[in-house]
Amino acid sequence: MISLEVISSPLTGSLLAVVSWLAISALALIPAGNAFLARRLAFPLSALAGLALAAFGLQAIWLAPQQMTLPLGLPDLPFHLRVDPLAGFFLMLLGSVSAGISVYAGGYFRNETSERLILIGLQYHVFLASMAFVILADDAYLFMVAWETMALSSYFLVTTDHKLPAIRSAGFLYLLIAHLGAIAILLCFGVMHGGHGDYSFDALRAAELTPLWANVAFLLAFFGFGAKAGMIPLHAWLPEAHPAAPSPVSALMSGIMLKTAIYGMVRVIYDLIGNVRWEWGMVVLAVGAGTTLFGVLYALMQHDLKRLLAYHSVENIGIILLGLGMSMVFIGFGHPAAGTLGMIAALYHTLNHAVFKGLLFLGAGSILHSTGLRNLNDMGGLIRVMPKTAFYFLIGALAISALPPLNGFVSEWLTFQAALQAPILQNGVVRSLLPLFAATLALAGALTAMCFVKVYGIAFLGQPRSPHHPVSAPGAGHDAGGMERYGMAWLAAGCFVLGLFPSSFLLMLNRVCASLTGQSLTADALTGSSWLWLVPTSSEQASYSPVIFLVVIVAVTLLTFLLVRRFYHGRVRLSDPWDCGFPEQTSRMQDTADAFGQPIRHVFGPIYLMQRQMPAPDDPAPRFSLKIEDRHWYWVYLPVARLAEYASSKIALLQQGRISIYLLYSFLTLIALLVFVR
Amino acid sequence: MTHIPGIAFQILQSMFVVLAAPLLVGWVNQCRAWLQNRSAPSILLPYYTLAKLFHKDAVIARNASPLFHLTPYVLFGCMWLAAGIVPVLATDLPFAPAADIIALVGVFALARVFSALAAMDIGTSFGGMGARREMLIGFLAEPAMLMTLFTAAFISGSTQLTTIVETLAHREFAIYPSLAFAAVAFLMVLLAENARIPIDNPTTHLELTMIHEATILEYSARHLALIEWAMAIKLFAYMTIGIALFLPWGIAEAGNWAALPLAFAALAVKLVLAGAGLALIETVLAKLRLFLAPEFLSTAFLLAVLGMLTHFLLLT
Repeated sequence: MISLEVISSPLTGSLLAVVSWLAISALALIPAGNAFLARRLAFPLSALAGLALAAFGLQAIWLAPQQMTLPLGLPDLPFHLRVDPLAGFFLMLLGSVSAGISVYAGGYFRNETSERLILIGLQYHVFLASMAFVILADDAYLFMVAWETMALSSYFLVTTDHKLPAIRSAGFLYLLIAHLGAIAILLCFGVMHGGHGDYSFDALRAAELTPLWANVAFLLAFFGFGAKAGMIPLHAWLPEAHPAAPSPVSALMSGIMLKTAIYGMVRVIYDLIGNVRWEWGMVVLAVGAGTTLFGVLYALMQHDLKRLLAYHSVENIGIILLGLGMSMVFIGFGHPAAGTLGMIAALYHTLNHAVFKGLLFLGAGSILHSTGLRNLNDMGGLIRVMPKTAFYFLIGALAISALPPLNGFVSEWLTFQAALQAPILQNGVVRSLLPLFAATLALAGALTAMCFVKVYGIAFLGQPRSPHHPVSAPGAGHDAGGMERYGMAWLAAGCFVLGLFPSSFLLMLNRVCASLTGQSLTADALTGSSWLWLVPTSSEQASYSPVIFLVVIVAVTLLTFLLVRRFYHGRVRLSDPWDCGFPEQTSRMQDTADAFGQPIRHVFGPIYLMQRQMPAPDDPAPRFSLKIEDRHWYWVYLPVARLAEYASSKIALLQQGRISIYLLYSFLTLIALLVFVR
Repeated sequence: MTHIPGIAFQILQSMFVVLAAPLLVGWVNQCRAWLQNRSAPSILLPYYTLAKLFHKDAVIARNASPLFHLTPYVLFGCMWLAAGIVPVLATDLPFAPAADIIALVGVFALARVFSALAAMDIGTSFGGMGARREMLIGFLAEPAMLMTLFTAAFISGSTQLTTIVETLAHREFAIYPSLAFAAVAFLMVLLAENARIPIDNPTTHLELTMIHEATILEYSARHLALIEWAMAIKLFAYMTIGIALFLPWGIAEAGNWAALPLAFAALAVKLVLAGAGLALIETVLAKLRLFLAPEFLSTAFLLAVLGMLTHFLLLT
């Protein structure tokens, strides 16, 4: 008999939620005959488990860490579990965001055949459970097992449509980079553990590393987790894998899986390695700034909606890294309070990005489901076909563009505030560099706004671009179904709640970060922050009140509306759009996604690898073609691939195919062992 | 309730800005006409135009979505809100802590995004072109604007506009190199953000060069009036931000009601000079090609960064 107290403790509770995910994945196998039931039952149930997990995570933030040992795994190597405020925060993220996505998935997969649905249901829930185990793990062994399960289950989800060769190769690329990262993480654990034979996180935490090995461990962790998070130059899998996966899976991967990498980074660097150095922060800042700008600039060039969103995930990971880097710099220089602020900014952006990027991917999924379109250049006027999806997508677009009073703005605001703490640093160079990273963030924010004006303007506004497409026929296309809409509404509400009541989350994150940096924000900041006001340092320095902001802006907008209505007539005459004296306007004359990016290509030309073919002026059948490629393919990936090929061709010389040669190898090895090992 | 006079003043000040903004536009137009040897229109012409527009029937394209109808009100609301944050006459603004300089930039960005979206709503080629160019100018100007504001924020140790102004108004009269750089950068951003020469021309309807005008091409009557009015408030707000940051002397401090008449006179003099200066700039400069705008604005950005670095260098 399990008492209520045990269930309500965060660790057992979240373990139960995770186990129920595994149970649902097994259940999804059973009602093979009834796809409808599987969809209508399994996914809402998993959303409930997600909500429970979120609640336990929230509870764990406020309690002391709890540990547990599971008698599973290899002999003498049991699984250790632990939940502390950091893990609690990420469990909350995983649970709450996945709840919305699961509800959506219940509606989205309605046209799937039952055998595909069985597989999707199995992999989907294993994927969820493995992410939870990554967060719960308290030893390197379980961590790596969960990490690899996560990579594999998501690989199978990405290759759901494995009959298409493009999707198979996208999946392969993803698997390859995921394993490069996993090797680095494994090596990092090896470095940290330094030959004790005990891989529990407690032992790793206690191990004293020399500065050199600490640096090595940091670089390995940064590389390994960065590969999963999608920082440059390891981002190449994101724009391939996200479009390949079904939309709810893209939302899970981009919204949550990338965040487990952020979790790993914070866990290993702050908690396990410890003694954070400011030089590490500078590395993280430099990579973060590059990732941010690169991501948004390439997003602006995309016309495939899901690829575009994938590049924005790269950008947002960069923003998170900027916050983390600032926090490391401050901590390294001995200012833990400012370091806490930077980390709060980073973690808050982690949560915000999960919410709005999940929402945007779900919106993209609904467009794909309703119209079969992913290419922006074929869309247009969708706001008239699917007004509800358009509404939710607008909220996501405004949130990601960091516009007040939604949530994206709050975390960028906090990152700016962290950067503005720069004057307390002793090192003059670092002090003047930090605001420059803030400038990068400002530029990226404004570019993101441009990109989402492009996405929204081209997909939802205007007129349908391809006259032959079914969408432009009257009555064709449909809005998102009920469950899809509930999923999107949940995440859209998240954008509002996180944007309007940040101070309650600030208190929560303050506890999470203080458990790692050892110092919470100043008392003034905490006492000053009632639910209405966001005050990161002191009310003299900076404050922001999203609720008052929203109330005022809604009030003045309404007042304007009422005044205009009261004093003037409301007469409207409908007509055709103004044609500037040229009556032959067609919908093909609207901007396309590529045309919208043209100023960016002009300003940031050298960043892109462009192949442009301009037709001659007297060409009777002019065709303009433009191809933009990622320079990293030529700078990083192809050289590495060639090197690997060259090395393996050399090593292949060993393989002679004659048994006597192989016996000779064994003999030589034996001799060598006898000589050196004895 | 100690807040009541403050709130009353807050409302009065934002009403003042909303009502006085077209006057500033009229004054700039008048100055420009004088400088260009034309006979000047009445300084009240913007008000007449607004009244005329409000009385007309709105002509709206058949396929306009709700977003298109909503945008003029959102624009006006955003600018009204901005007018409430900027210390124009006094620093005693109870609403100001709700939004600091970063939020102020956010408000302008919100307005820009909505106007660009509305421009793309009808689906004409000019609308898309205008939206694209407007966002181009926006993303170039926004970092420069933030860097300028950060320089001021570093000097006063706060991102609260009222606190910044109080700190800056109290220092002794001396030349601050960092602020000098920032002021030049701010001026350049002001020109770009308010669709002024050399980036855009507020009087042009020449299709291939227009930026801001292209985004509002489909609007008419009361919607157009609201947008024009919002643009006037935006110009007023930018000018008063510039005055508050770089020429804050004379502004009334919190609680000092007796200083208000003086603050009013000081503001009037500064705005008259600033408006004339703007007209002068618009007369002597020519409009830049669109693709020189990035150079113009990156110069502004670099100047702002230089200002910030100067601040750090002189600090050590």
